[in-house]
Amino acid sequence: MEVGLNHFLIISAILFSLGIYGIITRKNAVMVLMGIELILNSANINFVAFARYGNFGLSGQVIALFVIILAAAEAAIALAIVLNIYKTFANVNVDEIDKLKE
Amino acid sequence: MTYYDIIFYLFALITIVSAVIVVTTKNIVYSAYSLLLTLFGISGIYVLLGADFLAVVQIMIYVGGILILLLFGVMLTNKITSVDIRTGTVHLLPAAIGVGLLLGVLWAIMVWTNWKTEPNEIPITTTRTLGNLLITDYVLIFELLAVLLLVALIGAASIARREEEENIE
Repeated sequence: MEVGLNHFLIISAILFSLGIYGIITRKNAVMVLMGIELILNSANINFVAFARYGNFGLSGQVIALFVIILAAAEAAIALAIVLNIYKTFANVNVDEIDKLKE
Repeated sequence: MTYYDIIFYLFALITIVSAVIVVTTKNIVYSAYSLLLTLFGISGIYVLLGADFLAVVQIMIYVGGILILLLFGVMLTNKITSVDIRTGTVHLLPAAIGVGLLLGVLWAIMVWTNWKTEPNEIPITTTRTLGNLLITDYVLIFELLAVLLLVALIGAASIARREEEENIE
């Protein structure tokens, strides 16, 4: 079967679903972050696919660049928060941490 | 099947199989290394879509930056010596059902919507066009993102070091 736009969109849909699954089921906060990275990547595949097949020029690729930059900022902040939580509570399981302070 | 199709299916297989490993394996370090493979596969898909610059950026920033950061996170927040690096799971069955439904809906939307399917012309090397777009149409977002990155890095440093400040006080 000839590879077209649908194939890329379906890969992105599968990655998105796997990312949601990871976020819902894992306890460890770092694993939840990995799920978020999967979701951001699936969005990026969609942007680049529509830059190739739509009539928008290269705007989709520029937006994908911005998403990558935002993902970097998000990972830095989120991991700083996770390290702080680990210092305070000695674990990073998102189902056990239900207080804002010690 | 042309070579393009074969390479596409190869990269799709790498991406999806390693993504499944990322969300299912118990060992969080295996998970992080599978994420590396997933990101490489996605980079290959970018190349197939004609986004050469983006593929290199993906490898440099995701694999070289974010993944290393995640690995630091894994190593710093787990008791490695006392074998606590396995991570627990919750709500497995409801999550699987819900995500299956979501995937079905997304799949149906993607397949049945009447997209424009013939590829349009994009330049062989996209770097020059992307650079022009960044300093003309998108210059405001570009500058704002530069400030955001600076703020995020300063904020991350100060959040992660808060304990020492309290000691000084």
